[in-house]
Amino acid sequence: MAPRPRGATEPAAERELLSAGDVARTIARMAHQVIEKTALDSTGAIPPVLLGIPTRGIPLATRLGARISEFSGVDVPTGALDVTLYRDDLRRKPTRPLEQTQLPGTGIDDRVVVLVDDVLFSGRTIRAALDALRDHGRPRVVQLAVLVDRGHRELPIRADYVGKNVPTSRSEEVSVLLSDVDDRDAVLLGERR
Amino acid sequence: MKHLLTTDGLAEDAATAILDTADELKRTLLGREVKKLPTLRGRTVITMFYENSTRTRVSFEIAGKWMSADVVNVSAGGSSVGKGESLRDTALTLSAAGADCVIVRHPASGAAHRLAGWLADVGTSVVNAGDGTHEHPTQALLDAATLRERLGGLKDRRIAIVGDVLHSRVARSNVHLLATLGAEVVLVAPPTLLPVGVGSWPVTVSHELDAELPALDAVMMLRVQAERMHGGFFPSAREYSIAYGLNEARLGLLPEGAVVLHPGPMLRGMEIGSAVADAPQSAITEQVRNGVHVRMAVLYHLLAGEGEQ
Amino acid sequence: MSEIVIRGARLYGEGDPVDVHVADGTIAAIGTVTASEDAEVIEADGQVLLPGFVDLHTHLREPGREDTETIDSGSAAAALGGYTAVFAMANTDPVADNAVVVEHVWRRGREVGLVDVHPVGAVTVGLKGEKLAEMGTMAKSVAGVRLFSDDGHCVADPLLMRRALEYSTALGVVVAQHAEEPRLTVGAQAHEGERAARLGYTGWPSSAEESIVARDCVLARHAGARLHICHVSTTGTVDVLGWAKGLGIDVSAEVTPHHLLLTDERLATYDPVNKVNPPLRADADVARMRRALADGVIDCVATDHAPHAVQDKDCEWAAARPGMLGLQTALSIVAETMVRPGLLDWRGVARVMSERPAEIAGLPDQGRPLAVGEPANLVLVDPDAEWTVRGAELASVAANTPYEGLRLPAVVSATLLRGRITSREGKIG
Repeated sequence: MAPRPRGATEPAAERELLSAGDVARTIARMAHQVIEKTALDSTGAIPPVLLGIPTRGIPLATRLGARISEFSGVDVPTGALDVTLYRDDLRRKPTRPLEQTQLPGTGIDDRVVVLVDDVLFSGRTIRAALDALRDHGRPRVVQLAVLVDRGHRELPIRADYVGKNVPTSRSEEVSVLLSDVDDRDAVLLGERR
Repeated sequence: MKHLLTTDGLAEDAATAILDTADELKRTLLGREVKKLPTLRGRTVITMFYENSTRTRVSFEIAGKWMSADVVNVSAGGSSVGKGESLRDTALTLSAAGADCVIVRHPASGAAHRLAGWLADVGTSVVNAGDGTHEHPTQALLDAATLRERLGGLKDRRIAIVGDVLHSRVARSNVHLLATLGAEVVLVAPPTLLPVGVGSWPVTVSHELDAELPALDAVMMLRVQAERMHGGFFPSAREYSIAYGLNEARLGLLPEGAVVLHPGPMLRGMEIGSAVADAPQSAITEQVRNGVHVRMAVLYHLLAGEGEQ
Repeated sequence: MSEIVIRGARLYGEGDPVDVHVADGTIAAIGTVTASEDAEVIEADGQVLLPGFVDLHTHLREPGREDTETIDSGSAAAALGGYTAVFAMANTDPVADNAVVVEHVWRRGREVGLVDVHPVGAVTVGLKGEKLAEMGTMAKSVAGVRLFSDDGHCVADPLLMRRALEYSTALGVVVAQHAEEPRLTVGAQAHEGERAARLGYTGWPSSAEESIVARDCVLARHAGARLHICHVSTTGTVDVLGWAKGLGIDVSAEVTPHHLLLTDERLATYDPVNKVNPPLRADADVARMRRALADGVIDCVATDHAPHAVQDKDCEWAAARPGMLGLQTALSIVAETMVRPGLLDWRGVARVMSERPAEIAGLPDQGRPLAVGEPANLVLVDPDAEWTVRGAELASVAANTPYEGLRLPAVVSATLLRGRITSREGKIG
């Protein structure tokens, strides 16, 4: 019953979609977009709360937050939101271990919450995240930031900030590598193993 | 994981996975107004208690409800059990009625194993909530969760289990789990309350509580049941209490940071002094609180995944 | 009466195959036989011929629990297992503690006619251990009771046991003790040891058996009585028996097939098909039982055949009744545990399954030599065949067995009771 280890598996035959430099540039661009859309550069603006969805959404949120602070001079609270307990596909897979949920001390009530994840695919993870958020508080606005949108949505969900749109087939796999948990920064595309 | 019947043979990674899940659940629910997770929506959990135990039954019931499972309680008194229906027939009936999981407390050792055998074809999970003098695995898991929390880990920690080991399912489950998690276990009891054959257990045995206390990280006091006091296992309650009771003087012999556990219900003044039970070293109320999270974690591991692995 | 020729059998599994001519219920000739044309021929093909087996310890359950076994079904199981005489234990309902019940059992056995059914009389009224049953009346009844036992219960009161032993000397009968000090086995469920401790079974200590055996040997010595010990199961009991026999105390003992084969390792399943009294013991005990049977410290094998209804076995352990089927598996288990490892040859099997039990119970026409003029109570065994135990295929009413699915050596090819075929190739008659 040992839970299956999770995380990016490198695709069998892979093609690099984003290099390490591309990843850094993409995150920087997304940071600017967040600042603009949340009017963070206006006086008295209340900074958004970035919540990363495990596993790679968490370092991604941290990096995005750091860039936003750097560009706007405003500290952005970041945290982690595990959605495992809210998933609708638990029964289709072996039991998953729970990941950490860590909300910033500011809380999320009446804040702009930006959910951060590495890849947007079916949209089911985000649906679960919206349910989880509801049990933790009542944000004013919820937005979504993803590094890669690979299409194939199964729910009426779209991202507010997209690093890169990648057309894929269902048989393909997109892997986001981040040096915080992997050996380097990259986004890879390959056949599902 | 299909059933939770024992800690004997429960692998370290499996035990750790349950404890980690319990920790996460506790953190997730901390300070939340809505203590309900949707995870087990539509799953049916039945508790079958053939012995009275309000605390364990309620703990399981809350755990199931916080995970959004439908929890149905069957007690031996108010059901067909009281009319002489066999355990097997009752289990098959409840399973046919739609139970995804049966949580059973029974006076016969091995009852949960038998239940798991009878239900093997229908896929209902079985949780042993205490079978005779055999095991009580969720109690050991919640004890381990409490000790991990207080001590930061169990590896190489020295833990004494004191009292009626012979009749204690809590002791058996704890001996196996603590050994699996790397702790050193010492059993402290009069020879009459230790089972013949204890020599093959992964423990050391002592009859001198005072000699053990200074080297302990935790001491787990077992309940002394009233019927034992009259069963000739020791001369008198007074003599037992003098030799094996955890009083305030003995509390002073424990190293700083050591933890006192008791599975409850306590006999204050017998195996544990009243002031000891309420002392800062005592983790007794944390045990109860952790019990809910551990049982949620067990239900999660049994019922949330795709089933048989 | 019809004639039978067993062609090419090896007597006691020894020497060259010979023909055995059976006529008028006795062995008429041995050697090369020319039988009359209408003689029935059993082709033995070198199989082993032994005297018919005698079981000192059988529960036929009639009267009272005909849903688990009857004298009909139990007799069939006995004939198929190679038995020509069985002793039916007294713990029926009503208890066989008076002449009426023992005569009923004896008469029903005669009517069925597949095996000699000898009722065992209770030592105490209602097996309650309070007052001696009318042993003399039972001994002198038509049933001619030779063996008395409260089996299932120990005659625990030392004074009562002393009186029973003393009283038995005048009747020329044997008291068979179920050795279990009841104060030491309150709530007991399994052999007290490492496995029971781990699995949470209340222990049945070896000392509960050994203390009674030692006490009764001493009582028998002082009373000058014969004593038989039922189902010996512990190493310590063998030690006590060796000591008592060394002193010349007139004690005999039996071991069951299950105590020769199974250990308390079976406890891990919690499956009550393995529940029996005395309980399955540790590995060392089983090894000692085998040696003691080979040495003769334990005299014989007795099945303790004890059928139970499915609802009394397919339940939680503590609620289950103790006991297991034995008549049709005894020979094969003795072959597996004693013959295969070389502890007994087939002559030895004849001794422990036929001759000694017949002597202990004082049966004049059983366990006799394979010789001309002797009663034709015979069993033909195929020592090389193997079979797989299927409870549902056994003749007993109850079908649960701890040997389910087990592959065992040695098959009973034919059983003859006083020259009449009672089983052949796994079929009755």
